[in-house]
Amino acid sequence: MSRFIKENVEKDGIDRRGFLKCMAWAGTGTLCVLQGGVLKSFALGDVMQHNVGDFKGDLSFVQISDSHIGFNKAANPDVTATLREAIAKVNALPTPPSFVLHTGDLTHLSKPQEFDTLAESLKSLKTERIFYVPGEHDVLDDNGAMFRERFGAGAMGDGWHSFDRNGIHFVGLVNVMNLKAGGLGSLGSEQLKWLQKDVSALKSSTPIVLFAHIPLWAVYPQWGWGTDDSEQALSYLKRFGSVTVLNGHIHQTMQKVEGNVTFHTACSTAFPQPQPGQADSPGPMKVPDDKLRQVLGITDVNFVRGTHSLAIVDSTLA
Amino acid sequence: MKNTRWILGAVLTVLGAFAGITSTQHMTANASDQSASAEVKIDNFSFGPASLTVAAGTTVTWKNNDDVPHTVVSDDKVFRSKALDTDDKFSYTFTKPGTYNYFCSVHPKMIAKIVVQ
Repeated sequence: MSRFIKENVEKDGIDRRGFLKCMAWAGTGTLCVLQGGVLKSFALGDVMQHNVGDFKGDLSFVQISDSHIGFNKAANPDVTATLREAIAKVNALPTPPSFVLHTGDLTHLSKPQEFDTLAESLKSLKTERIFYVPGEHDVLDDNGAMFRERFGAGAMGDGWHSFDRNGIHFVGLVNVMNLKAGGLGSLGSEQLKWLQKDVSALKSSTPIVLFAHIPLWAVYPQWGWGTDDSEQALSYLKRFGSVTVLNGHIHQTMQKVEGNVTFHTACSTAFPQPQPGQADSPGPMKVPDDKLRQVLGITDVNFVRGTHSLAIVDSTLA
Repeated sequence: MKNTRWILGAVLTVLGAFAGITSTQHMTANASDQSASAEVKIDNFSFGPASLTVAAGTTVTWKNNDDVPHTVVSDDKVFRSKALDTDDKFSYTFTKPGTYNYFCSVHPKMIAKIVVQ
């Protein structure tokens, strides 16, 4: 697909032909099955032809991202409503998720009332627990103090943490703090040191799931869609057979496999952003009202014991 | 009263670093306040002009025209705005000559500078 705007009819930076391709792509979603480091992916439409049981595992969890509570502009004037729809989507899953990961940008402006609305809305999620990492919108004027106070119980440093479920080791990383002029997302030396130690005692057969807000791979550095020291973090995970990286920030699904690592980004529950280079900037993208729910969504992840497979299914709110 | 000073600002020539980028300034005939003012616009995740040259004593005002919040933070921590929501402004008066590199701490790819003569 072209990375240039070829047909900018309304002089608004949106190539509507390219955009429709994006819509079809984002609206369809993808399923990934990781088996021994080899990824098989299917369009979500094809997946529907399989039995749901084919993708059922010992553990399932859901990723939601980029709720941006407080945003009220044209791209989506009611982000609380679409968050509620995402929650309904999760609650309608045949198997309730063991837990939910929120990969940041809970709020748009880090305001107390925005955090309140987010917390209140998520109370209706049918799951045991929600784990959070902050996005850059959650740490605006207080270096994340309010975020950590409300959503960072048990976390260390700027909010990083790890936990184990069903033999999988989960690590929540923070890459939205202390950003340097001209740079990308940043983990920082203190967090990297902690990560190295955190995984050092694990067997190499332990599946690892890393989750963080800004992608831990270079999606599109020109728009800041990457993390300066992510390679350092991933170097500590080379010996592991299965590593899955879940990110948000770019408000669209994207996947990449590199050796033992599968990278995946989730949709936003609030508003879409353009594909890399397809607009003047990565700002909120206005889509026709009846198309909005096709570009918002949730991510459902299933783990099948024994086969070491993680099945990642993105579904839209449409 | 930063806004007042900005509105009453006297003339200032603004030199854009890039050809064709200039900022229009208006002159007011207020003899009691000779302070100068200049504006930097934040549009599409960039500061415009990316390089602005002003005389010492000039108050520069940044205005965010984007749908997402940005900040104005000097690399050397000389000045630092709060998060600016859509249409929010931040002003700083440059008293000492020098080059002030700054960026948006939310989107650090956004970099620019003020040159004070």
